[in-house]
Amino acid sequence: MGNYILLRHRDVADIDQLDGYRKADGFAAFEKAIKTMTPAEVTLEVKNSGLRGRGGAGFPTGVKWGFLPNNIWPHYVVANADESEPGTFKDREIMESNPFQFLEGLMLASYAVQANTAYIYLRGEFWQLANHLNQKIKDLENAGLLGEKIKGSNYSLKIYTHLGAGAYICGEETALLESIEGKMGQPRLRPPFPAVEGLYAKPTLVNNVETLTNLPPILQHGADWYRTLGTEQSPGVKVFCLSGCIKNPGNYELPLGTTYRDLIYNYGGGIVEDRAIKAVMSAGASSDIVVANDHTLDTPLAYETCLERLNSPLGSASVIILDETVDMAWLVSKTVNFFKHESCGKCTPCRDGTFWMNNIAGRIVKGSGKPEDVDLLKDVALQMQGKCLCALGEFSTMAVVSAVDRFRPDFEKHVRS
Amino acid sequence: MNELYQKHETEINEILSRYPENFKRSAIMPLLFLAQREKGFVPQEALAQIADITGVSETDVASVLGFYSLFQETPGGRYRIQVCTDLPCALRGSETYLKNLCEALGVKTGEITEDGLFSVEAVKCLAACHRAPMFQLQGDGEIKYYENQSVELTMQIIEGIRASVASEKEGKHG
Repeated sequence: MGNYILLRHRDVADIDQLDGYRKADGFAAFEKAIKTMTPAEVTLEVKNSGLRGRGGAGFPTGVKWGFLPNNIWPHYVVANADESEPGTFKDREIMESNPFQFLEGLMLASYAVQANTAYIYLRGEFWQLANHLNQKIKDLENAGLLGEKIKGSNYSLKIYTHLGAGAYICGEETALLESIEGKMGQPRLRPPFPAVEGLYAKPTLVNNVETLTNLPPILQHGADWYRTLGTEQSPGVKVFCLSGCIKNPGNYELPLGTTYRDLIYNYGGGIVEDRAIKAVMSAGASSDIVVANDHTLDTPLAYETCLERLNSPLGSASVIILDETVDMAWLVSKTVNFFKHESCGKCTPCRDGTFWMNNIAGRIVKGSGKPEDVDLLKDVALQMQGKCLCALGEFSTMAVVSAVDRFRPDFEKHVRS
Repeated sequence: MNELYQKHETEINEILSRYPENFKRSAIMPLLFLAQREKGFVPQEALAQIADITGVSETDVASVLGFYSLFQETPGGRYRIQVCTDLPCALRGSETYLKNLCEALGVKTGEITEDGLFSVEAVKCLAACHRAPMFQLQGDGEIKYYENQSVELTMQIIEGIRASVASEKEGKHG
């Protein structure tokens, strides 16, 4: 086995070609599954591996699969390739450079829930990537790996790509399903959950690209092997997207449980111009701003440890590094402007809350704010919490509250009268 | 069926075939991209045509058109230079890059260059945070990424496009 489990193109040069992928054990797991395993056995192996959803929520993947009822048909599988969180660029590299492993993962998930149609929902900006995947899907059809009665089995599967058109909210799974149905990308009320009433009101499984890409190695080498990597509660490897004030930004595939310090100073090469680190965000723009003290830097990046030690979820592991030159008031004005732009407008707390946070943060940074605006900004954020229809509204308040609490002088220097 | 359908019959049938028979509405977004290909924005008459093909009201199509930022309702430059200025890109200098690029092109964000070819916009995250400054170029029905940019590099790309547009025109006259 090479150095990589997900970013295998860094080990195997021609893995983006079907022949190259097959030579590197490609589709061994899928063929094994459809010929020798029942769908329930595939699901059980994934459950046992402890794989957790890589889109951000960290929900156990095999458990999610188990929610689809077996008395309503057809089932659908949707790959969430909407990758839009500021600071996240992992799914793009996987689909660009190791496309067949992702597709094989999607095929395994589809087999496990017995779906005969799967969609890949790509953000509209990934237009080139959609063309690229369409070609790879054709390659698979020509090789008899997709289509009717695959490789002499009773299992049939078609995969289609569907392009979004520029809306962050479509990464939220119910908004994504609305979007495939040709509607505005606005989240649905839950319940019903997509597992029961999803796409076209049928049971639907939505999994992130990186989650799916984990499946072929898990099925090929087994759940026990997968559990030798990562931590007990967060098994396996994760692609960490490192960006911001870092010398070597990029994707790093590492076992879950790697510390912030290791990621930043060993893999990332340290801070630009060797400046002092000020704070980190682990889940892109949806993060708390976490003060980068020794306690933080020694925290293992895993789902449970980030929550226990920092009270801040690991999320999509889109780690944005902030050094001593970054003004947190400016940073908050950037994040709230993003969320204001991306709010879908369906629920009032988010639509109005992000509007006002953007307004207040904007005037603070421009120097036209009043001293009481700092508390007002935090107050709007607190009033939004727990009242929004989906997580987007909630996420928009994270940076605001944590930055005002932890870096108040950065705000006050703009509003001193 | 209508003009849009007649013009792109094979392609539209292929699009419709991706979705269940009774959920033609799913084809609205692919059809809006198709309608946008020619002029760089969705012409008014396309709303009724797409509604006709997918069996929904014109209002339904308009709501989708208005919701998503990659669908353009008004003419812009033939090529839209869309620079990401979100947090990770801004930490790598994309705001300064955008300002200097606008100066080099002699436009403000949202304006079109004198030759009508380019407009510049600031947009939200494009999933290329590690290779900022970057922009995507939307035009001729395509979207392409250009990463690790400097104003000099971008101006070279722009001059390249200008040259190919000029030779395209010459080709038509000749």
